[in-house]
Amino acid sequence: MTALPQSTEKKLGLVIDLDTCVGCHACVISCKGWNTENYGAPLSDTDPYGAEPEGTFLNRIHSFEVTPTDAPPMVVHFPKSCLHCEDAPCVTVCPTGASYKRAEDGIVLVNETDCIGCGLCAWACPYGAREMDAAEGVMKKCTLCVDRIYNDTLPEVDREPACVRTCPAGARHFGDLGDPGSAVSQLVAERGGIDLMPEQGTRPVNKYLPPRARDRLPEPPANLAALCEPSTEGLTGFLGWIDRTLGKI
Amino acid sequence: MFDTAIRGPEDESDKMPSQPALDLSPPVSDRVAKTTCYMCACRCGINVHMKGDQVAYIEGNRDHPVNKGVLCAKGSAGIMQHLSPARLRAPLKRVGPRGSGAFQEITWEEALQTAVDWLKPLRETAPEKLAFFTGRDQSQSFTGWWAQAYGTPNWAAHGGFCSVNMAAAGIYTMGGAFWEFGQPDWERTKLFILFGVAEDHDSNPIKMGLGRLKARGARVIGVNPVRSGYNAVADDWFGITPGTDGLFILSLIHVLMGAGKIDLDYLIRYTNAPYLVNGEDGAEKGLFLRNEAGTPLVIDRRTGQPAPWDGEGVQPDPAAEWQGHRTVLHHMAARYLSPKYAPEAVAERCGIPAPRIRALAAELARVAFEEEITIDQPWTDFRGQRHERMTGRPVAFHAMRGISAHSNGFQTARALHVLQILLGSVETPGGFRFKPPYPKPPEAHPRPHADHAPGKPLDGPHLGYPLGPEHLLLHDDGTPRRIDKAFTWENPLSAHGMMQMVIANAHAGDPYRIDTLFLYMANMAWNSSMNTSAVMEMLTDTDENGDYIIPRIIYSDAYSSEMVAFADLILPDTTYLERHDCISLLDRPICEAEALGDSIRWPVVEPDRPGHEGVRPFQSVLLDLGHRLGLPGMVADDGSPQFRDYADYIVNHQRRPGVGPLAGWRGPDGTGVGRGAPNPDQLQRYIDNGGFFTDHIPKDAQFFKPWNAAYQDWAVDRGLYDSPQPYLFNLWLEPLAKFQRAAEGHGPHQPPDHLRARITETLDPLPIWYPPFEEALTDPTEYPLHALTQRPMAMYHSWGSQNAWLRQIHGHNPLYVSRQTWLEHGFHEGDWAWLTSPHGRIKMPVARMDALNPHTVWTWNAIGKRRGAWALDERAPEAEKGALLNHLIHELLPPRGDGLRWSNADPVTGQAAWFDLRVKIEKAPPGGPSQPAHKAQKSPVGRGPDSLALQTKA
Repeated sequence: MTALPQSTEKKLGLVIDLDTCVGCHACVISCKGWNTENYGAPLSDTDPYGAEPEGTFLNRIHSFEVTPTDAPPMVVHFPKSCLHCEDAPCVTVCPTGASYKRAEDGIVLVNETDCIGCGLCAWACPYGAREMDAAEGVMKKCTLCVDRIYNDTLPEVDREPACVRTCPAGARHFGDLGDPGSAVSQLVAERGGIDLMPEQGTRPVNKYLPPRARDRLPEPPANLAALCEPSTEGLTGFLGWIDRTLGKI
Repeated sequence: MFDTAIRGPEDESDKMPSQPALDLSPPVSDRVAKTTCYMCACRCGINVHMKGDQVAYIEGNRDHPVNKGVLCAKGSAGIMQHLSPARLRAPLKRVGPRGSGAFQEITWEEALQTAVDWLKPLRETAPEKLAFFTGRDQSQSFTGWWAQAYGTPNWAAHGGFCSVNMAAAGIYTMGGAFWEFGQPDWERTKLFILFGVAEDHDSNPIKMGLGRLKARGARVIGVNPVRSGYNAVADDWFGITPGTDGLFILSLIHVLMGAGKIDLDYLIRYTNAPYLVNGEDGAEKGLFLRNEAGTPLVIDRRTGQPAPWDGEGVQPDPAAEWQGHRTVLHHMAARYLSPKYAPEAVAERCGIPAPRIRALAAELARVAFEEEITIDQPWTDFRGQRHERMTGRPVAFHAMRGISAHSNGFQTARALHVLQILLGSVETPGGFRFKPPYPKPPEAHPRPHADHAPGKPLDGPHLGYPLGPEHLLLHDDGTPRRIDKAFTWENPLSAHGMMQMVIANAHAGDPYRIDTLFLYMANMAWNSSMNTSAVMEMLTDTDENGDYIIPRIIYSDAYSSEMVAFADLILPDTTYLERHDCISLLDRPICEAEALGDSIRWPVVEPDRPGHEGVRPFQSVLLDLGHRLGLPGMVADDGSPQFRDYADYIVNHQRRPGVGPLAGWRGPDGTGVGRGAPNPDQLQRYIDNGGFFTDHIPKDAQFFKPWNAAYQDWAVDRGLYDSPQPYLFNLWLEPLAKFQRAAEGHGPHQPPDHLRARITETLDPLPIWYPPFEEALTDPTEYPLHALTQRPMAMYHSWGSQNAWLRQIHGHNPLYVSRQTWLEHGFHEGDWAWLTSPHGRIKMPVARMDALNPHTVWTWNAIGKRRGAWALDERAPEAEKGALLNHLIHELLPPRGDGLRWSNADPVTGQAAWFDLRVKIEKAPPGGPSQPAHKAQKSPVGRGPDSLALQTKA
């Protein structure tokens, strides 16, 4: 079994805004493109042009429908990848030490050289955030683009995870959630960011910003009746209003 | 079972792993090639990371004006499109029956000679017998120029089955519409209302804009029968019943006018609201009263007498009535204040409770008039009047196909544009903003042309904006000049042509037969046709001699699409990373509200199809054909090709002296913007700049563009037009009144009798609403449901189905049904349904969706595939569990017993009325495959590999 670091210097992670995510899958594919080309083995696809195409993805989007009793139904798009938990059960369950959490930034990674493909970590992860690569037989997971965020061959502005860089709606944010002054921590504080399934005790680093309340457009209240109730009566009244208004222009 | 394998030494505590050394700075690529995406029509800038000569990774270009670095799923998956096994590899000659997919690879020389052998005699005898239509390409100004040189009147692109209602209504009303014509003022708007937009068009800019609105807490409202995608993040959702958007908008107008919440000052200054409309019965009724110089008249408040609208010091009275002639605004008040537009009167039909309609109207009024925005930027209008500030009403709208793909779509889109104008939010801060070369009123566009003669070029551009019956394209006997019947009494303002009618009309020989159908990037044997199964039959139908009724079909595509199987000759195109393109101001530009811009594609990879003849860029092939055919403009004085290839054309073609396809770096020293002689270094300058060019509009010219003297001068300087052309917005659309008068018997140009009533009713000069035609002809109790398609954000038409990554997201498409329908029919998860329209029947899986208008069913567009296409396995889920609604939609309306073929289209523009579809649903026996199950087409490219593990090794 593998130990977690007592603490990490930083807690790098993602803040995902469920109020803004339109479910476009840009992050899913950008992640696939970057990570098949970089860290470790490629992300393979089995039967890619066939009857049952199935490939390895480190980030997927699930869509849920929520039907409140007192409001119209809502659709919530929910991107899901490794949450880089502080108490990561995927690490402690690993028999070889292949799964580990980095002491310097808290990123949870798989050292593919040591991974025996036993799959225990995926079983231990309550979020289903790990995927075994069918071709390579090693466990794949979100690396938080560890090979981008410190990559000195990239311009400073691009040193962020591929999914964050590409998100068209700006629904994904990256930063140090261990620093209460960081932009991401402040966003979490302002918007009431939440842990996913806190009852699992995994203490995820990634946070989700819940959707804002929907369908609250006020129906015109009585004291604003003048606003949209006819202030003029029919055609004659309207023409009179024009006359009055022209006098003021 | 893992006990042995996983047990560590028993006396050892948990291991603290020694962290492996990681390479945190792997090189991303050897070099970055910056070009333009083509995974949809959005035209984002992309950084293509290259390792050696291989594409390694694609990301958004941060400097690019369209996407500013972001990129959607399609864009990032471009690498799989480029590497697709469905890529064609060589020119093909059909060797089996049409539709079978049996082909033989041939040389380019044979392919080009075959095309010349077909097209040359045709040009010399009957050029109109070539019908050349292009699909989702972005080289329409080029292909149109080629077709004009060839001399056929039968050319258009795909606008007729896409969104011409929105575009034409926008041009006619205010000089531009949404997307390529203009955009919300994303930085300033406080209330954004999205009508009927699925999840695309304008793809990334809308997502970016929504993100910005959300970040600063602006309210987003979605009006759409389906709450998915953009509508899912909308703060408020109006789940409207399809086809009633126009009624809903007119009800908002009713409330706003009744409350005096319209921008009267704006209407007087910038619109034809105060024009006097001739009220006298007769040929002039509905036309503007004019003085002898032809200038429309208003009533001058100073005198109470008529005066030219632009007369010195004239103060127009928008409410006037003079000798029985009323102003436009007077007409509008008389119409829209009618109780028939009251929220209570429309609520049931629209599926929106009246208080919610009033709530939206109130919010529009509140934000427009209580939260107005002022920018301290002086500007001068076309009358010479200086304004110290720019004041705006921060309400913005966007709409596309959802409201326009109906047979009442033109008038509905007009209603939306009129609503924006009434609020005073068009071209003001916080509202809707035009993007150069728009605004451009109908008068500034060409008229349509169709005069043809053997061996001669056409007499002018094919498409345009008719201003009256005299501009229709009819023979003296009243028959249509174009094969698609565009610009006829049946659909007079068909500004984009009617591609959806080409095959049906050619097959019916109505109005005449053709010889050669030439298509580019238009999957008309599948998702780009209405009535798909019948279209496939038309393409394969033979006459009594066994000859095909459409004798010859030439098709160009980069991939093994469904349409490929139906062509006789295939000219294989390259992928978008292998060719030149220009995203031109002459075509469908990528400008921003504050900048002119255009861009290019260039071959970042050389086309390589080892072991095969290879592929060529279609536009270069067209130039080669043009030279071989001796077309004017394509042959140099010495007989050699005028243009070496498309790149040469992009740089050296001049549409007008000094104005060519690209605006940037013109002139011998590359300093010309918009105007200037061709610059041989132009493409390199684009490449060096990241593939695009932008030129910012001066601050004092950025708003009020139609009336802003500084903007008008800037636009002339840039070559957008040749003289300033300020104009007023058309609340009243006078050309429509001319058609109405003709329908009443006035004037020399007369419609056929069977169309008179419809023209009078539907070509109203003020926006109206009427029920969609198919709805009116279909029994609502038998077909109680509306059926729609939406295009998903992660897939664009059929192109995505070959994409190994994207098809894992959308590999099949269930029919989404409302809770009400689900319960009523006792559906359970995993069930299948029969969906039946008056015209056809399909079988597909069903899924429940509550966030849906209860009377609507919908599915994703163009996920379903024909077996054997796109290099997919014949058992692919796209064929087994995918379905097209297209099979249920006829290009004609149900027969009325009058023997006439009435097109299922808007009566103004001819736009295909996709979304008028009415259906009934019933539970089907469990299991697939989806129906109709077409026989597999043979794949000319085999099928894709069994596994992929993409990682580029330099």
